[in-house]
Amino acid sequence: MSSQLHRQKKFTVDYFFTKLTRWCGIALILLIFAILFSLVLMSAPSIQAFGIKFLFSTSWDPAHQQFGALVAILGTLITSVLAILIALPLSAGIAIIITEILPPKLGSIFARTVELMAGIPSIIYGMWGLFVLAPFLGKYVQPWLIEHCQHIPVLNYIFGGMPIGFGIFTAGIILAMMIIPLISSVMRDVLATVPHLLKEASYGVGATRWEVVRHILIPYTRAGILGGVILGLGRALGETMAVTFVVGNSHKLFTGLFMPGTTISASIANEFTEAMGTLYPSALMELGLILFVITFIVLALSRRLLRQSKASGGAQ
Amino acid sequence: MLTKLSRGRRFKNHIFTVFCYVTSIVSVIGLALILWTLIEKGLGHFNLALFVDTTPAAGFDGGLRDAIIGSVIITGLGILFAIPVGILIATFLSEYGRKSGLAKQIRFVNDVLLSAPSILMGLFIYTLVVKTTGSFSGLAGALSLMIIAVPMITRTTEDVLYLVSPMLKEAAVALGIPRWRVTVQIVYRAARSGIVTAVLLALARIAGETAPLLFTSLNNEFSNTNPLHPMASLPVVIYRFAMSPYHNWQALAWSGALLITLVILGLNLFARLFTRVKTK
Repeated sequence: MSSQLHRQKKFTVDYFFTKLTRWCGIALILLIFAILFSLVLMSAPSIQAFGIKFLFSTSWDPAHQQFGALVAILGTLITSVLAILIALPLSAGIAIIITEILPPKLGSIFARTVELMAGIPSIIYGMWGLFVLAPFLGKYVQPWLIEHCQHIPVLNYIFGGMPIGFGIFTAGIILAMMIIPLISSVMRDVLATVPHLLKEASYGVGATRWEVVRHILIPYTRAGILGGVILGLGRALGETMAVTFVVGNSHKLFTGLFMPGTTISASIANEFTEAMGTLYPSALMELGLILFVITFIVLALSRRLLRQSKASGGAQ
Repeated sequence: MLTKLSRGRRFKNHIFTVFCYVTSIVSVIGLALILWTLIEKGLGHFNLALFVDTTPAAGFDGGLRDAIIGSVIITGLGILFAIPVGILIATFLSEYGRKSGLAKQIRFVNDVLLSAPSILMGLFIYTLVVKTTGSFSGLAGALSLMIIAVPMITRTTEDVLYLVSPMLKEAAVALGIPRWRVTVQIVYRAARSGIVTAVLLALARIAGETAPLLFTSLNNEFSNTNPLHPMASLPVVIYRFAMSPYHNWQALAWSGALLITLVILGLNLFARLFTRVKTK
């Protein structure tokens, strides 16, 4: 009797519904493995042909079937780091003005406006970069920087190249504009975890706003802010459309920021549909695999830091 | 003993405040410039022809009707596939899995997928669908958008489901209602406005996605409403036209860009309004 009752109970709608939700969740985990597996599978010919050399080779020659990822990897890393360097101070300013300086009503309007900008698709940023920013930089900013930096040792390399408007520099600026809304809104969330008591106490003993930010807010939210910045980095590393329009799409090794280059995602977007044969698409897939690994590490790190800051914010 | 601030401290504070204002103003100007260019260059062709005329050849007049229809079909299918899956995963996380190891792993993967490069989803669906069926298709595009939408829906819905009062659930369970009906008829209903917001935000995100469509739905110069064939979509057509050297194509690309931005900003605003009204 009891076993029959048990069986009756087991196969209810309830049982299937619970299992269904569980399987959907497991499918999500399987998905990320499937993505990884498909990338490895498709890049097998390229991995076999070039081995570890693929990572360090600068040649990208479809006509002679020679492929190397170094230029694309460097382009991806440098544009993203440049974007972070530009976006970090700007996002910090926005986050602090919203949480600390503006009156709450005005602050929330400003916050909403910035958040809305995060919704604008990346292709719009790319188009704007192509038609507005690149010509502007090529005409006014780059010639000026080249002229004034040509006799300064390191800077003449960094700001080297022709003032054509397209290239690593422009891509970095566009990426920065794209990730400012993201980083500033994460920073805002993190700053909101600082207890009011702590801030009021320090204002109470006569600290200036700068001193409160420097000695209370920044130390308290260090992990969270770092997490936000790394999240922005993760976005910038994988961003495709905004970069493709302005980076110049050249596989030649660039030696200055004003030179055209390429990134992993821009190479894939540009060349994948036209890639013939087996080795060429496979090399692009291997680029995708490299991007997957890099962004996975970066995103996992950012999540860890953000969770950590959330946890400490809740506990204290 | 109240003394004035020392000059050094006051100076530093001033510099800091000015820094905050300047950085904010610079960012706002940059972002406003984008919107301004969009309106200035996009309004030219923003007329009825944009919606009813077919894709033109270079140098001719035309509209983006096919691309608009394609986008509606691809994003529509994508979000339709994503809604049940996203809600079910969120249900597992908030109702059944909670603090289990599996739930934690799912949350981790979900967070990573949320920010993963969308072009990789395109490569994945290319391998999985386009390669195996031997043809680019609108359906493949929809599947790649689905993968992007699911983590978004899951994340927001999970947060919303936690807000449903446990007392409500306990009361229902006490009446002898099976757990799944409690979830579907009580929890979902109580969290309805939040779930709608989650879906709208996911829709806004995938509506402008370009990279994953480049090698899944590809493009189509002819009118096509069959999702099993290659299909034009607004973002891909904007990309192709903007990169082309032809002025009429570039002008159309700007109008398309304005249209897609208005739709996405509208969806975002609507989603936020929706939550605010309901939570009050």
